[in-house]
Amino acid sequence: MSPDTLEMFRYFLIFIILLFISGIYCILVSFNLIRALIGLEILIKAVTLLIIVAGHITGRGALAQAIVITLIVIEIVVMVVAGGVALWAFRYNKTIDPRRLSNLRG
Amino acid sequence: MTINSILLVSLLLVAIWTVMTIRLIRSIVGLALTSALLSVIMYRLDAPLAAVFELSVCAGLISVIFITTVSFTQRVSRERLLARRKERLKKLFYLPFIIIVAAFFLAHYLKLPPLDLGAVTKNPEARVLLWNLRHLDLLGQVIVLLAGVFGVVVLFKEDRS
Repeated sequence: MSPDTLEMFRYFLIFIILLFISGIYCILVSFNLIRALIGLEILIKAVTLLIIVAGHITGRGALAQAIVITLIVIEIVVMVVAGGVALWAFRYNKTIDPRRLSNLRG
Repeated sequence: MTINSILLVSLLLVAIWTVMTIRLIRSIVGLALTSALLSVIMYRLDAPLAAVFELSVCAGLISVIFITTVSFTQRVSRERLLARRKERLKKLFYLPFIIIVAAFFLAHYLKLPPLDLGAVTKNPEARVLLWNLRHLDLLGQVIVLLAGVFGVVVLFKEDRS
């Protein structure tokens, strides 16, 4: 790998790590299920960018795109089901604060 | 690289705003903007198909899902919102500092070893690769979609008892 490509990867990697930090911080400090999902979305965006950059610098862009499309499909299903869980929690508990979801079994 | 730098900085700033803003609707708009910026970066990195998916699904459909969920769940009075704003600012006060310190350390100390990736013998088109060579991925996508539909049906089923 040429030094220029390595430098470009390093540059992108810094931003990817910073995005990851933002997402993890959002999940850690939020006591709201929807905001936790937004944090998860930011984490997924960081991973998506990492896959695309890796595909670009290795010359396997098509494989990276195929993997990202799979990732997006899984992401949408996770978000729909998680949104449904948040609605279900609100319907039965009148809150989406995970600290107050005290009637869960287990 | 300059345009990429501007896009990356914008992406990070919008993501931080998404995390820090108090109103959930603004957070969702920020998330859609993040997706739009990410899709531009993807397009610039020679991934147009993934960029279109990102723009239509993540910036469009996921925002709609989030807004629907928020409209069904959020009933917050103005006083409560103001009280929450103070509490939230206290918690999120550290995020910009953490980001700045992490950026400083990463810029100075992140060293990557030289990687030998080997030559790429064949790089087919994304559509060809997805439909002809990644059958297992497609099967997985179908199963995940069906599982999602099943999950939503179970969650929204009316309780007849």
